[in-house]
Amino acid sequence: MIEGILIGLETAFSLKNLMMVMIGCFAGTIIGMLPGLGPMTAIALMIPITYGFEPSTGLILMAGVYYGAVFGGSTSSILINAPGIPGTVATSFDGYPMAQQGKAGKALAIAAYSSFAGGTIAAIFLLIAAPSLSKVSLAFRSPDYFGLMILGLTAVSAFSAKGHFLKAMMMVVLGLMLASVGQDTLSDIPRFTFQNMNLSDGISFVLVVMATFAMSEALTIIFKANDPTRVAKQISLSQLGSIKLDKTETKKMVTTIPRSSVLGFIIGVLPGAGSTIASFLAYGMERNFVNDEEKQKFGKGSVNGLAAPETANNAACSGSFVPLLTLGIPGSGTTAVMLGALLGFGIQPGPRLYQTNPEIFWSVIMSMYIGMVILLILNLPLIPYIARVLATPRTFLIPLILFFSVTGIYLMSFNNFDIYMMIGIAVVATILRLYDFPMPPLILAFVLGGLMEENLRRSLLISDGSWTFLWDRPLTLIIMMTILFIIGWQIYKSFFKRTTT
Amino acid sequence: MKISPSKIISLLFFIFSGFYLYTAYQIQVFTFDENAAFNAKTFPIYLGYTGLIFSALYIILPETRPSKVNLKVLDYKKTITLVILMVLYGLTILRVGYFLSTSIFLVLSYIILGERKWLWIFLLSFPFVAIFMYLLHGLLNIYLRDPFLQYIGVMG
Repeated sequence: MIEGILIGLETAFSLKNLMMVMIGCFAGTIIGMLPGLGPMTAIALMIPITYGFEPSTGLILMAGVYYGAVFGGSTSSILINAPGIPGTVATSFDGYPMAQQGKAGKALAIAAYSSFAGGTIAAIFLLIAAPSLSKVSLAFRSPDYFGLMILGLTAVSAFSAKGHFLKAMMMVVLGLMLASVGQDTLSDIPRFTFQNMNLSDGISFVLVVMATFAMSEALTIIFKANDPTRVAKQISLSQLGSIKLDKTETKKMVTTIPRSSVLGFIIGVLPGAGSTIASFLAYGMERNFVNDEEKQKFGKGSVNGLAAPETANNAACSGSFVPLLTLGIPGSGTTAVMLGALLGFGIQPGPRLYQTNPEIFWSVIMSMYIGMVILLILNLPLIPYIARVLATPRTFLIPLILFFSVTGIYLMSFNNFDIYMMIGIAVVATILRLYDFPMPPLILAFVLGGLMEENLRRSLLISDGSWTFLWDRPLTLIIMMTILFIIGWQIYKSFFKRTTT
Repeated sequence: MKISPSKIISLLFFIFSGFYLYTAYQIQVFTFDENAAFNAKTFPIYLGYTGLIFSALYIILPETRPSKVNLKVLDYKKTITLVILMVLYGLTILRVGYFLSTSIFLVLSYIILGERKWLWIFLLSFPFVAIFMYLLHGLLNIYLRDPFLQYIGVMG
C-alpha cells in the first residue's frame, strides 16, 4: 500500500497534474456556484477537454472539478440561499441565516473547514477501504455484477427523486434503451440504427451528458426565467465579514466533524444515496446530539447545523468513489459521469484497476487530498472575488453554456448530426425535467447499459439460458432480494397512499 | 376528466417502448445464433417489456405527488427561439466555418436574451471565439476546418 501511495503522490505531484487540480477546483467552484448548475454539469463540460490528456491527468482534473463544484454549491447556498446542487440544500438552513446576520465570511469559513475535514477524513477511509474491498470484490462473478448494477439503478431511482420512483425507473429504462443503439459488441449486428451510419457507433456518452445536463439546465433556466418562485436574490459582496472563527465556534466544529464524516462516508458508499441524503441525515443527527440551548439555534444560524451537512456531503463524495473504484459500478450520477469518462480513456474501473493501473487508482485518491488543500488555501481567501460570479448576468451565461456544449460535441465528431441529436435530446430532457422525471438515473443507466448486457450475456450463457443464476448463489440471492424489496416497497407506497386518501 | 401531463408523458413512453420492442424483434441475428441463450436482440427485448411495465404502472397507479407546473409563467418565446438558433448554428458550423457561425450564434443569443451592453456583446463573441480557437489550435492541437477563415486567408 505504501508503494501505491508513493506512486500516487509521484503522479499527483507532477507539475501538470497539480495545475490540473488547481484549474479543476477553480472551474468547479465557479460552475458549482451558479444556481442550477451542479457537479455533473461541471464535469460534463470538462470531458471534451480531458480527452487530450493522459487518463490520470484527466481524472485528476475531474476530481478537482467535483470537489470544487460541491464547495461552490455551498457558497451560493450561504450567500443567496440558492443551492447550486441538492447536496447543499441543508447547508442553506443555517448558512443563509448566518449570512443575513452579517457573518457570511464566517459561514463560508465554517463550510470550507468542514468540507476540508469531512473530505479528508473520508479520503483516509477510502484509502484503507478501497484496496481491501478490491480484493473482496474479485470474488464477484457476472451474476453478482448484473445484480449489483440493477441494485444501483433501483437505489438511485428510489432516492434521487422522492415520490417519483416510477418516473425514475422509466428514465432508467430510457437510458438503457439509448445505450443499446449501435452495433452489438459481440456480433457487430446493427441495432436501432435505422440504416443511419452516424448511429452505427452508438450514441456518444458525452453527447447524452451534455444534452441532459449542461444544455437542458441552461434551457430550463430560460424556460423558467419568469417564474416568481425563482427570483434571483442578490447579496452585497462587500459585507461578507471576517472569515476568522473564535474558540467556541471551533470547539463546536471539532465535535461535529468526526461523527458527520463517518455518517457521510457510509451513506456515500451505499449505492444511490449520495451527498444529498448524507447532508440531510447529518443535519438531523446533529440536532439530536446537541444540547437544548444549541437546538434552539438550529435554522437560525447554528455552527453545528452548518458544519454537519457540509462535512457529510463532502465525506459522501469521497465515499461514492468506493463502489466506482472497487467494483467499477458507480453509485451516483456524478460518479457515473466519471465512469463514462474512464471508459472513454479505455480504462475499465473495477477490482483489477488496483493492479493493472495502480497509478490511476492511487493518483485519484492522492489528488483528492491535494484538491481539498487547494480549496482551503486558495478558494477560501478568494471567495469574495469568486462570489462575483453570482452577479454574472444570465444573458451572457446561458449562451456561453450552450456554446461550450455544442463545441464540446462538435470537437469530438465534427459532424452536424450529433449536434442535432444533442439539441433533440436536450429539448426532450427539458420537458421531462419540468415534470420531475429525474435525469441522474438516465445517465447512470446509459453508462451501465453495455456492462449490464455483457454480464447478463455471460450469466445466461454459463447457466445455459436458465434464469436460475439469479438465486443460485447466496450473494446474488441477497442482492436480488434487496432489489425486490426496494421495488415492492416503492410501488406499495403509491398504492397505500390511494387507499388512505 | 383532466389527464395529468406526467401521465401523458408516460403514455408516450409506453408507445415508445412498444415501438422499441417491435424494432428489437426485427433485429436480424445470425442463423446459428437464433436459438442461442443470448443474442443481439435478447437484452433489447427485455428492455422493451420493462419499459412497457413501468409506464403502464404509472398510468394505472394514482399519482402520489403530482408535478405542479405553472405553464403560464414559462418563457416559450425565448426558449424556442434559442433552440431554433442552435439548430441554425449546427447547420452553418460546417459550411460557413466555426469562427463566424459561433460568433454570430453568441451575438444573436445574447440579444435574444435581452442583453444590450454592446461592448460586452462584442468582446464575448468575435475576440472570445478567436482566442478560444487559438487555444484549441495552439495548446490542444485540435484543427477546426473553417471555410470562411480560409477564404479570407487567415487560415491555411
